[in-house]
Amino acid sequence: MFIHDTLIHRLKRGCETMAYPKGPAPALPDRHGGALHVDAAQCGDDCRACVPLCPTGAITREFGQAVGLDLGRCVFCAACVDGCPQQAITRTGDHRMAVRHRDDLVLGAPGHQQVRLAAALDAKLLKLFGRSLRLRQVSAGGCNACEADTNVLGTIGWDLGRFGIQFVASPRHADGLLITGPVSKAMELALLKTYEAVPAPKIVIAVGACAIAGGPFVGHPQVNDGAAAVVPVDLYIPGCPPHPLTILDGLLRLLDRLEIARQT
Amino acid sequence: MSASTPFALLANATSMPWAEVPAWPVAGFIDATAAELSRGARLCAMFGVPAGAGVQLVAVLAFDTDSILAVGSSTPCSGTFPSLTARHAQAHLFEREIWEQHGLTPDGHPWLKPVRRTAGNAPANGEFFRVAGGEIHEVAVGPVHAGIIEPGHFRFQCAGEEVLHLEIALGYQHRGIEEALSGGPHRATLIQMETIAGDTTLAHATAHATLMEALAASEAPLRAQWLRAIALELERLANHTGDLGALANDVAFLPTASACGKLRGDFLNLTSLLCGNRFGRGLVQPGGCRHDLEPARAAEMLDRLAPVLADTAQAIGWLWDSASVRARFENVGTVSAAQASEIGLVGPAARACGLVRDVRYDHASGWHRFAQAPVTVWPGGDVFARARVRSLEIQRCGEFLGEQLKAPPAGGLRGELAPAAPTRWPWRSSRAGGAKCATWP
Repeated sequence: MFIHDTLIHRLKRGCETMAYPKGPAPALPDRHGGALHVDAAQCGDDCRACVPLCPTGAITREFGQAVGLDLGRCVFCAACVDGCPQQAITRTGDHRMAVRHRDDLVLGAPGHQQVRLAAALDAKLLKLFGRSLRLRQVSAGGCNACEADTNVLGTIGWDLGRFGIQFVASPRHADGLLITGPVSKAMELALLKTYEAVPAPKIVIAVGACAIAGGPFVGHPQVNDGAAAVVPVDLYIPGCPPHPLTILDGLLRLLDRLEIARQT
Repeated sequence: MSASTPFALLANATSMPWAEVPAWPVAGFIDATAAELSRGARLCAMFGVPAGAGVQLVAVLAFDTDSILAVGSSTPCSGTFPSLTARHAQAHLFEREIWEQHGLTPDGHPWLKPVRRTAGNAPANGEFFRVAGGEIHEVAVGPVHAGIIEPGHFRFQCAGEEVLHLEIALGYQHRGIEEALSGGPHRATLIQMETIAGDTTLAHATAHATLMEALAASEAPLRAQWLRAIALELERLANHTGDLGALANDVAFLPTASACGKLRGDFLNLTSLLCGNRFGRGLVQPGGCRHDLEPARAAEMLDRLAPVLADTAQAIGWLWDSASVRARFENVGTVSAAQASEIGLVGPAARACGLVRDVRYDHASGWHRFAQAPVTVWPGGDVFARARVRSLEIQRCGEFLGEQLKAPPAGGLRGELAPAAPTRWPWRSSRAGGAKCATWP
């Protein structure tokens, strides 16, 4: 009986996979806020109101310098947005945040009001991975939120498989790693061995504030303050955790699939 | 708890002066704790508090049927103490932690090994237990897993398909959260509490907030307590749905597995309707809540909840109809009620062994003092029972949310939180099972 019911259910529901990226991206929740925008020109002289509000110390302002907001370390609590007397830090509502270089996440300097979004892999790697990317996921002390929002990409709503991206059960089968968590000292050896077991050429993707910079645990002697301390990183996807849409955007951006999807 | 106890009594989510916690010389303290456990108390926590050159051991007990907690301590000690584990197995992990953190050796502990100590760039795991024999094979899993999940190392001792023994090492996750708490709360404390475990962000944040409020001898406004209860039930729905999908996946029954994967996300999206974050980050704060659930938003939540609950009920229904699932769930991994009591099991796992244990009912705090959810119990103790308890809780959770969303209390969301009294000692027993927080002078 259940086989009949299951099939009927599937037929009734039809395709549940979202139209994105061919269609528009699903809307972020109204209270999400997306990426932050920093207009340091608005800052009052010597105003440091936002600096002590940040739970992870992502905001700095040296005397006489422009304010600096490190979106890699940010947990997107928006305490700085609410606490800024000049509205210099604002929410953009934009889900796109993935970058190729760590510095591209630091906002505040002139011309650096927003993140500098990731460029695609170079032509040689794109030829290898552009249509088929196999990733091994390493949770290096993550809290399971980044893990859950990475996992959800494999469900029928997001269907990561349609882009040729798949998570595999062995580093030997993988083209790269997707790392979450601050890389606890206890996971350092396991991460190194996994990285070494992936055949070259390989890429590394750091997902979440922990994997980028240690997140809430930055500076703890028990952690490494992110994946880059142990392995070279090719793509940074900020958030705590990043929305699944932000992770997907990062992966597709790296593989230059957003343009391809729009053209077809 | 008909007879009186020498321990100091304490209701959940309240605090008491540290000076009023009774103290015995350590051997007497262990005897007193063992005596309470023998007459039905449950060991919530046991830990060490540095006191001068020595360490004071503290035990927090729960008398679930009396809805009361009891606390006692030892006078400062050092060196060794008589192991409680030798008499009551539920103390085993607590004593290992005391040994690891404070260097006190529980004399007579049957299996002393590290919990989360790190040696260089890997955990200092002890020797793994091995079953000998030509037919036996050993399977090592992790710390990097085939799926996408937090690290841990598992050793299975198998004879054919039968798993004779499983040993688990979880120290890979160690991020120094407990150590960072001292001298707090710091500006990172709340986000650290929220990231102890991402899928139970709201349970941990609520435990932390309640504890801070208890220390300040205050409470969050009623509307904030109501909102926390709603958010916590959404969290329960997401986790139970995810768990049922995982159970289905583990017996290769893909229709329910793939449906539940999506439905879990739908529940997480309802949490993000509330606060913008799918895991509830930033909603709960000591003193109240940061976001409100206005009437229009509550109505939208109700509208969106109904079809997701209906789809979940249908997807779970397939499990019970499938003979292949039942054959793999029934009489597998059975834990008897007596064993569950002995090891101090809590949560859905305890309720699937027939134990009536639910912190919302036994030790109600916050909004659950005014709005009770029935305790869901299923006898049997096998995988089937654990699946049934979750599916029934999903139903009751849905009913609870349906009632609560229609009847919001009026009032503000945030109260003034006085600075914590420095010599008070709070207790908060969390539904998450793992969130037991205590601070001391």
